[in-house]
Amino acid sequence: MDGVELLVATAVLAVGTFAFRFAGPVLRSRVKLSPRARRLMTLAAVVLLAALVAVSALTEGHGFAGFARPAGVLVAGVLAWRKAPFVLVVVAAAATAALLRLAGVP
Amino acid sequence: MRSIWRTLDRGLARDIGLVCLADCLVGVSYGAIAVSSGFPLWLPMLMSLVVFAGASQFMFLGIVAAGGNPFAAVLAGLLANARHLPFGFAVGDAVGRGRGARMFGSHLMSDETVAFAMAQDEAERRRAAYWACGLGIFVCWNIGVLVGAFAGTAISDTGAFGLDAAFPAVLLALVLPSLRDKTARLPVLVGVVVALATTPFLPAGLPVLLALAGVVVGAAAKEPELEEAR
Repeated sequence: MDGVELLVATAVLAVGTFAFRFAGPVLRSRVKLSPRARRLMTLAAVVLLAALVAVSALTEGHGFAGFARPAGVLVAGVLAWRKAPFVLVVVAAAATAALLRLAGVP
Repeated sequence: MRSIWRTLDRGLARDIGLVCLADCLVGVSYGAIAVSSGFPLWLPMLMSLVVFAGASQFMFLGIVAAGGNPFAAVLAGLLANARHLPFGFAVGDAVGRGRGARMFGSHLMSDETVAFAMAQDEAERRRAAYWACGLGIFVCWNIGVLVGAFAGTAISDTGAFGLDAAFPAVLLALVLPSLRDKTARLPVLVGVVVALATTPFLPAGLPVLLALAGVVVGAAAKEPELEEAR
């Protein structure tokens, strides 16, 4: 693949991604949302973030991500639910996954 | 801009700083992988500045490096980034008011910035968290990519540091308080099940969008309650 092709592909991806990002704030400033609609927008973002957590914790490509990563995220989930400090939650997730891999767990 | 730093307390700044550091390390790996896969030095740097969406950038490299069609790689990247549209609806008020601020603020949107903004109660704190996290990640991600592209294969295996577990952990910690609201639990559960069940069969990005089916369940379930309340 030559440089021009890569440049065009990057430009298209950049413009398209910006359009997705920009559309929400612009449309939201133009229309007056009812409290119920606003609640559903918030719920939509929460559902999307939760789905991202599940998919990025458990899967890699189209398959299972292995045990180390979900184990790390599970430890993080327990700590977060018990209201542990954010820094501890994140470091514990990374450390759990790293140590399990060091021990040979995929 | 000054009001952002005034609103930001030390705890929140520290949490955002940690996420910026983690994203910086992932950026180093992105730059290193791009260059070691044979892409020109400018590609990871330009892409990180103008696309600024990690998952889609990795996907693009992976598809093109494997000999895939660049058109398919762009489509895959766009599909992965489509979730920014509903995100923008949810945090639109935090992004900015003027035209320029709204454009730049929109470009800074990422999973982490949205999650940090949503985790704040007051409007002023939402805006401060969004901008501090957005700017911080933008700067750290691009510095990371720059370092990775020049340093080569220094950190090409982020798995050894468990960084792949840090990303979902960050989002989980930020989204958990929303799950203490019981009405959100069923929609989230439905969304998560739909996303996980479709991941083996559909292109990346689409399963997460399909999770929005959970919102439909939430909307349908909430209606009668509201009617009764009136």
